[in-house]
Amino acid sequence: MNASALAVRGISKRFGSLVVAADIDLAMPLGARYALIGPNGAGKTTLINLMTGMLRPDAGQIVLGGEDITTLAPEQRVRRGLARTYQINSLFPHLTVLESVALAVCERRRVAQTFWRRLAAYREEIDEASQILGALMLDAVCHRPARELAYGQQRLLEIALALASRPKVLLLDEPAAGVPRDESKELFAAIGELSHDITVLFIEHDMELVFRFAARVIVMVGGSILVEGTPAEIASDPQVRAVYLGNRERG
Amino acid sequence: MTGVTIAEPREYLQAQMRWRWGEIAFWLATLLPFVLTPDYLLLASQIAIAGLFVLSLDLILGFAGIVSLGHAAYFGTGAYTAGLLSKWGWGEPLSGLLVAACVAGAFGYLTSFIIARFRHLPLIMITLGIGLLLQEAANSASWLTGGFDGLQGIHTWPIVGRFRLDLYGYTAYAYALAVLFAIFLGARLLIHSPFGLALRGIRDNSLRMRAIGAPTHAHIRTIFTIAAMIAGIAGAILAQTTETVSLEVLGFQRSADVLVMLILGGTGRLYGGLLGAIVYMVARDQFSGLNPQYWYFWIGLLLIGVVVIVPNGLLGGLSLLTRRARAAVP
Repeated sequence: MNASALAVRGISKRFGSLVVAADIDLAMPLGARYALIGPNGAGKTTLINLMTGMLRPDAGQIVLGGEDITTLAPEQRVRRGLARTYQINSLFPHLTVLESVALAVCERRRVAQTFWRRLAAYREEIDEASQILGALMLDAVCHRPARELAYGQQRLLEIALALASRPKVLLLDEPAAGVPRDESKELFAAIGELSHDITVLFIEHDMELVFRFAARVIVMVGGSILVEGTPAEIASDPQVRAVYLGNRERG
Repeated sequence: MTGVTIAEPREYLQAQMRWRWGEIAFWLATLLPFVLTPDYLLLASQIAIAGLFVLSLDLILGFAGIVSLGHAAYFGTGAYTAGLLSKWGWGEPLSGLLVAACVAGAFGYLTSFIIARFRHLPLIMITLGIGLLLQEAANSASWLTGGFDGLQGIHTWPIVGRFRLDLYGYTAYAYALAVLFAIFLGARLLIHSPFGLALRGIRDNSLRMRAIGAPTHAHIRTIFTIAAMIAGIAGAILAQTTETVSLEVLGFQRSADVLVMLILGGTGRLYGGLLGAIVYMVARDQFSGLNPQYWYFWIGLLLIGVVVIVPNGLLGGLSLLTRRARAAVP
């Protein structure tokens, strides 16, 4: 399976007696659009934390584009093309939108160690940052500090920061969390327009969005993968209906 | 394009580095002591040295968010290096500064490997520990440092071969001020560089820094080394202009004083520390004149007053006032 952009092989993780990931296997081909769904506490965010290196697995392997990255630090994984966003905004509150994204671009291009040349001299970096902001409709607020943005714009900035690292694989942890429904459609439209060189995995609770934007759906329950398939397969799977979709109170 | 005008990104960033009138006025005002208060030039040179030391702390605390209660360790290392160099027969001041910066920087680089791994409370303990450790080491190595009696026999040659240190402090102040200004220019460039942006990123959200692929530890090691070099230069100027070095240069009091000056003036603004150094040193001079025994009482009152009334320091309060005044004018 060398064609997969990101693969997880037999990953396990437990906190004391609580198993949060039990022998998970997963392989995402290049350019794929995956949705990760499951009830609260199923281990979705934990899986992202394991993939990105925020957590170390007890067992198993994580392979990015054919390279074993299991022992690499989070920032090293980012440099190899694995980026993520956070369910709860994790921005640079006092940096302006442009500064935030320019910083991420500078880090990727490895010029952020330069202290003897002014930032304004880095044309290409600044232009690239403006371009990303333009694509996400953030150019109008580019000189505002991140903390002053509307919530929906902050969610977009989350994605802009991740894109600035030019990821091969992008993991989005509930990108539309807390965003009103009509705005979340716009946000997903922006995600849908991402280049197909990027493999995307997103966690989302809104089934309409999942079925619209994902080509494949992974259902997690209790720290393991229950089933993986196309949206149509998932929708008609009796097991999934029983544990997840049947549970109508949570949408 | 929409009707709203948005500054073109590069021009906007360029404009941030432009010199403001207030800055030019500030630096011109630093020349006033030569004419207005020639009796206080020695104090002025002490303030310039303190200003340089505060600048060094502001780079790590104000910009990268690294708290230190032991910053005197690097100041003292610089002071002893310059002092010993002169005692051993090389009293040329500028090369002395360079050597002091290198030794303090090397010590800073070594300790930065520990510093980079911690934040907040543990960091305060570690920096405090480094400071105490070094002071005791200097105390016990009295064959080298002169121990409690201080380092004697320092003789500073004329600066650039021409200007002799004088009793009134003309040369001392001019020398300290020139070095302060040169290093300030460097620090000003640094905070507007990509690296300066990365430091602000670390201060704001170091977790996210890792998630955009930033080598935060390497960044912290770099800025800590730079700050240690600047602190070392400040210490070296003190040793050269006073021609003596005592254990006090490494003391906890000095580490605490510099932190107080920075908080008093306002962190993360470069000028805040300089303003804090001026206010603190002048206040100390005046209060100790009024009441030699209890002057720390007034310093304490000043500190509490400033922090309660203007939490972002004097400069933070000042910029808030000007912003309000501008908003009031239609």
